[in-house]
Amino acid sequence: MADDSRGDGKNGDRSAEEAALSARLARLGERLAQREPSRHEEAASGPRSDPSALARGFRLSTELVAGVLVGAFIGWALDRWLGISPWGMIVFLLLGFAAGVVNVIRAAGVSGGPGTKR
Amino acid sequence: MADPIHQFEISKIVKLAEVAGHEIAFTNSALFMAITVVGIWALLVAGSSARALVPGRIQSIAELSYEFVANTIQSTAGQEGMKFFPLVLTLFMFILVANVIGLVPYTFTVTSHIVITASLALLVFFTVIVYGFYKHGLGFLRLFVPHGIPIYILPLIVFIEVLSFLSRPISHSVRLFANMLAGHITLKVFASFVTLLGGLGAVGVLGAALPLALVVALTALELLVAFLQAYVFAILTCIYLNDAIHPGH
Repeated sequence: MADDSRGDGKNGDRSAEEAALSARLARLGERLAQREPSRHEEAASGPRSDPSALARGFRLSTELVAGVLVGAFIGWALDRWLGISPWGMIVFLLLGFAAGVVNVIRAAGVSGGPGTKR
Repeated sequence: MADPIHQFEISKIVKLAEVAGHEIAFTNSALFMAITVVGIWALLVAGSSARALVPGRIQSIAELSYEFVANTIQSTAGQEGMKFFPLVLTLFMFILVANVIGLVPYTFTVTSHIVITASLALLVFFTVIVYGFYKHGLGFLRLFVPHGIPIYILPLIVFIEVLSFLSRPISHSVRLFANMLAGHITLKVFASFVTLLGGLGAVGVLGAALPLALVVALTALELLVAFLQAYVFAILTCIYLNDAIHPGH
């Protein structure tokens, strides 16, 4: 067994062993840190098969519907409260559709977010 | 033919109390939420108890999920987003484990109910609002006023931005709920084809191999969806939290 070779004088070896181990750990950490950025660059430039592309696909499906639904609900509620049917529904359904399109454009990553010029 | 919707039925296990005429019961949904939470707890405790330098299997799972969520937050919301790490990790692990447990036959899928997903999405929504106003005061409202827009169409844009903001919890919750619901119904329908065709004799048994193969493939797909939906939920949480941290961009 590996333990036999360092079985005697264990107390003395302990600290030396731990120091060597932490030195090796530090070296490993450095080497990993050197390797990390290159791996990230690769992921960014090459064809992407990471989960975020699939995730974006799943996002697109509901964003538009959600905008239209919110617009329709607000329009319907305003019509009921203020008695201005059908104008609330017409205006807010259109606004909701616009909001849905904005959502989709943002989800697709064409525009970063509110206020970003691209 | 087995009813494909039956699997989502909530049944009462123990009645706990009655508040203002409404029964508060421990249901199968609550049971599986408890199983989910205990499962996550057991996984993370078992994963962190060994503290080995070279991680074993369980420790690897725990460390991978930690690093995965930490990387997701840092890449979308930056270093400041890390103060929301507990929230995002909790959401991610809860949804992931609940989805995966739901794939086991005869279990109940907690996330296939919109009550659950909507409460999680609203939790994120209100966290964003409360933290945004707490951190930036009324400056948080800059989120709805993009700069570089001509003044005469600004009111319209603000309306659209507000609607877009309000639609977030809906798309956030409906996506998870609809995917889980649709996936489980599809699985059930194809699985019932197997038994129906199997009852038709020799030809039927041969024909039943087709839906059976499809059920196997769909189960693999559902496993992917279970992970992806948890990931989408977590990453959207990060994106929304990023708006609360930096509303003006």
